[in-house]
Formats: sequence, structure tokens, C-alpha cells
Amino acid sequence: MIHTRGLTRVFKVKKQTVEAVRGIDLDVETGQLVAFLGPNGAGKSTTLRMLTTLLPPTSGTATVAGHDVAREPAKVRARIGYVGQKNGAGENFRARDELVVQGRAYGLTTAQARERADELLDLLDLGPLAQRKPGTLSGGQRRRLDIALGLIHRPELLFLDEPSTGLDPQSRADIWTHILRLREAYGTTLFLTTHYLEEADSMAERVVIIDNGRIIADGTAAKLKNDLAGDQITITTNTAQEAETAARIGEATAEGTTVRLRVPNAAAALPEYLRTLEAAGVKVATAETSRPTLDDVFLALTGRSLTDDDIPA
Amino acid sequence: MTTFLRDTATVFTREITPSIREPMGLLFDMGQPLLFLFLFGSLLDGAVGSTWQWFVPGILVMMCLSGPMAAGYTLLVDLIGGSMERMLVSPMNRTAMLVGRTMKTMVVLLAQAVLIIVLALPLGFQLHPAGVLAGLAMLVALGVGLGALSFVLAIKSAPDGTLFYIVTQVLLFPLLLLSGVLLPMDAGPGWLRVIGNLNPITYIVDAQRALFAGDLTNLSVLYGTAATLVVAVGGLVLGNRAMRQGV
Repeated sequence: MIHTRGLTRVFKVKKQTVEAVRGIDLDVETGQLVAFLGPNGAGKSTTLRMLTTLLPPTSGTATVAGHDVAREPAKVRARIGYVGQKNGAGENFRARDELVVQGRAYGLTTAQARERADELLDLLDLGPLAQRKPGTLSGGQRRRLDIALGLIHRPELLFLDEPSTGLDPQSRADIWTHILRLREAYGTTLFLTTHYLEEADSMAERVVIIDNGRIIADGTAAKLKNDLAGDQITITTNTAQEAETAARIGEATAEGTTVRLRVPNAAAALPEYLRTLEAAGVKVATAETSRPTLDDVFLALTGRSLTDDDIPA
Repeated sequence: MTTFLRDTATVFTREITPSIREPMGLLFDMGQPLLFLFLFGSLLDGAVGSTWQWFVPGILVMMCLSGPMAAGYTLLVDLIGGSMERMLVSPMNRTAMLVGRTMKTMVVLLAQAVLIIVLALPLGFQLHPAGVLAGLAMLVALGVGLGALSFVLAIKSAPDGTLFYIVTQVLLFPLLLLSGVLLPMDAGPGWLRVIGNLNPITYIVDAQRALFAGDLTNLSVLYGTAATLVVAVGGLVLGNRAMRQGV
């Protein structure tokens, strides 16, 4: 569904060359749900804009839904749906009017567009809001309207740029219910960028991490975590001295009375570790294991935390 | 070509729908020209006498300047929001997006111009049908050009729009004052007349006055037509290029 080779985009800002995307090779098969993850400025949106024909690539190729984005942009456009970061419905227009316009933009007749608009208003629980302007809708309702606009022509592939950013937890969960329902019903291929690690973790079957314009990791969330971060064991002791000893044994470092160590399988490693500590005379006060997060993966790869500089705009 | 026409119709329909749903908005947009017509115009008429034939064409040109500027503003709003991006991802024809919007500006402008003329009739404005038709045609052509230029400005101003506000606010009023819309430029000092002569709007205002007086063969009509064509063709060429280059 998506195939890119050496996809690159260079911007010239005040005579300085900025390489926003540096040679991305990516293959997404039909029906996949891919989360594109990375800090601000990593090149997520630039990549998305190239894949959706909004921005011509500087070099490299991208084939999306069977057509080259540079040579046949019109054919790509007809087959993909796009839900941008900003709200797609115009401020001065009623929700249903915008949906009908959108349908006509994709070649439906007015009658077909109206029928499809009503169908989508229903599907996304927007029926009672059909005659309202976007300004009078809540953040979650506006986002649902954006998704409806992206679905008007039943695209095989839907791009979503930060679909849940800026929404309250309730609305975020609600948006996800709709996205997943959509996928279940129509088998739509979904490619989305997100800030929220836990979303990528729990929803996507494939996570692609981008940093500094390059893909640095690609796989299922579970595989990335196992391969790149590992589980964590956290123990606390009563004295800092005991913690030092425990850290030395576990080949880790102590922070006060707390010791954290990375292991491939924490549940299996913990009993052994505790026995060793007991033999060494270290009295363990508390012990727990935790599964790694995608942030741990990012930290392991780049030495930085994703959440540090990743404040949603 | 058929998709071009269909897309133009789609964009035109989208743009005109809010005006049809809330026609009072069109009247509000005319607030300033109407105020000038009734308040300033009456004052002028009282002070100088029988000025309607002279004053009404100027008001129409004034409207023709502010209307298309507002059209650029609606595009700017769509650019700052996500709706322009949404349409750019669709297979719609790029030029159709510009033409559809321009057509909407044209239709609104024409409706407003006719309304102003009708409102001016009881005040003593005399109708010379051939001149009025020619005058309206010139206004529409000017509106198309200015509308397209305003779209270019909006595209260049995105995403924050500062440039758009600066240019429209700084440009519009001097252009009006220096075109003799409100008072005859002949009364001004020499340097003012020189600047006025450099202003393309001056020629268009003069041409409108000749046309609305029924004087179709006046030389000023030729100059005004030339100035209008420069604005219209220049606007369309630049506008089409800006739209195709991508936003």
C-alpha cells in the first residue's frame, strides 16, 4: 500500500539547508495499522505530507496506493483519505455542507454525496450536529467530523496526522473506538502519527520510530520493547550501602536506596536476583518488575526521552 | 475539462452557500459603502449639489476594492485552518479552486453593485443602461483581478497572515483616497494629483464616471479599460501560478 525508497525532503530556511527527512525506506502492507512515532521536528509530518502529495519529495520515490506521488499525484489523491493536524471543516460552513462538498470533490454526484454525508454523520455519531458550524462543536466532535471528511470516498488508505492530540482522555478513547471500528468494518489501511506513546503501544500493530529524519526502529511494540529496552526490575533497600552492593551484583547503578536493572525477562530473573542478594547479606525492602514502555525504547535508541521535548503543540 | 467545470462548480457552491443561507451577511458586508453613499454622499450633495451621478460610480469602485480583499481573507482563514489542506489532498483541480472562489466574489459583487444602484435611484441617480452594463462589466473584471491578487497575498501570508493584514490595511485606504473616489482630485495640490495619476484606480474611477454618465466614447473609458485589464490579467496569471505551486 505504501512503498518508499530513499524518500528525502530538504528545506531551505534563510539560506541554510535543513534535511527534514533523510532517505526513508518504508513498506506498509494492505490492512496494517501503523503508528509513526517521533519527537517534534523528527520529520513525521513532512513524511506524511510527501505521502499525501502535499509536498513534492526532494529525492527518492514513494508509491502510495499503487501510484507514484510525484508522477501521478491525482491518482494517489483519489485513493487516499487524509485527516490533517488541523480541523478540515471550514469555520463558516455547516458540517453537512462540508461533507457534501467533500464528496463532490472526490467525484460523487450531489445526490450520492448527500447520501454518503448522512451515512457518515450517522457512523460517527454526528447526526444531531449536521447543521452546526465547526466553531460550535467540542474538540472531540470536530475531530470526528474531520475523520468523516477523510472517509467520504471510502479510501483504501487513511492517513491521520495526530488524530487525538489536544483531546481530553474521554474524547481520545472515543476517537479510537471509531478508528478501530472503521478498520474492523472496512479493512482500511491506517497510517497515523501520534505523540501519545501509550496509544501507539496499545493500538498499533506496527510502530515506526523516526528521529532526526531517519527511521530508527520498526516492528511491533512488543518486539521493539523486548529487543531494544527489556524489562525492568526495581528494588529498594533500607540503606544506601546495601543498594550499592545490590547494584554491583546486578551490574546496575544505585540511586539512593533504589536500584533499577534491565533484564530480558524480569519475572524469571527476579527470584534468582533476590536469592543472590540474600546470600550477599542485602535485605531487600521492596521489589517489583515492570514491562518497558516505548519511551524506554526511544531512550535506549537515542539516549533521550520522547516525552522530554514532546509537548503537543 | 469536464472535471475542471465540475470542480469549479463545487468550489463555487461551497463558497456561495453561506451567503445564500444568511443573505443578511451580504448587506453587512456592504455597511461601509452604504454609509458612504447615504451619509457622505448626502453631505456632498448638499454642499456641492447634484453629485450623485459623480459619486455613485466611485462608491461602486470602493466596494470593488474591499469585496475582493475580503475574498482573500476567506481563503486565508481556510489556509490557517485545515480546510484548504483538506481540499488540496483531494483530486480537485487546482485552478478550479481559484476560479470557483473568484466566481463567488464576482456574483456577490454584482449583486451588491446592483443593489447600490437601485438604492441610489430615488436619490436622483440617473440610469444610462448601456453605460451601466459596460460599467458593471468593468467592475466585475476588476473584481476578478483584485480577488486573484488577494488570493496570492493570502497564500504568501499563510500560515500567520500578518502580511495579509498589513498590506490590506495599509494599501486599501490610500488607494481609495488617492483615486478621487470621495472628492475630486482636481481640488488637490499638484503633488497629490501626480500621485493620483500613478494610481491605476484613478483611471478606473474616471472611466466608471464617464460610463455611468452614458458617455461611452470618452477617452477615460479606454484608459480605465486598460488599467482594468492589467489588474485582471496580472491577477489571474499570478493567482493561477500561486495555486499550482502548491500552498
